[in-house]
Amino acid sequence: MSVMIIVFLALIGTGIFLCFLRMLIGPTASDRAVAIDTITTTVVALLVLFGFIFERYVYLDVSLVYAVLSFVGLVALARFLERGI
Amino acid sequence: MNLWGAIITGIGTLFLFLGNLGVLRLPDVYNRVQAGTKCTTLGAFLTIIGVGIMQPAWFWKTLVIALFILVTNPISSHAIARASRKIGVSLCDRTVVDKTKEFVEYKEEA
Repeated sequence: MSVMIIVFLALIGTGIFLCFLRMLIGPTASDRAVAIDTITTTVVALLVLFGFIFERYVYLDVSLVYAVLSFVGLVALARFLERGI
Repeated sequence: MNLWGAIITGIGTLFLFLGNLGVLRLPDVYNRVQAGTKCTTLGAFLTIIGVGIMQPAWFWKTLVIALFILVTNPISSHAIARASRKIGVSLCDRTVVDKTKEFVEYKEEA
């Protein structure tokens, strides 16, 4: 049980770290936007997994609101990249 | 605590890790968009549904979150890819076919 949870958290944490490296070294602004997109989707899954680990129902609400805000922010970021606000 | 939920969550976290690795290693913006949206959508969907199976009282809310991610993640990735093609981010050296060349030139004329 606890070994399984540690393996899940290690996989997700290593993935977020690799994507964060791409966000640091990305040559253009689009690379950084793609890295932000991937990190936010990973963090939504990580929040649901935290809710299972700590047995708190509130984390599901936090995850849903985070998903909505990341979607709106990424669409606004894409529009800013395309023609400026 | 259910075994099938644990197996589904494990597959989902593996897909999340592979998607993030693809974002780091692939050579081009559009390849990175592809890795970062396909693998991450499937991985997040399987992880959230697996948590819902392991904790059966939470199943419907996890299904709502998973369906929301399944709908909105391709939309935001498509918006970023379209914007980066319109502002002229170059493709990688090994690209064979480029069918969006007229799209970029039409944008530059307008």
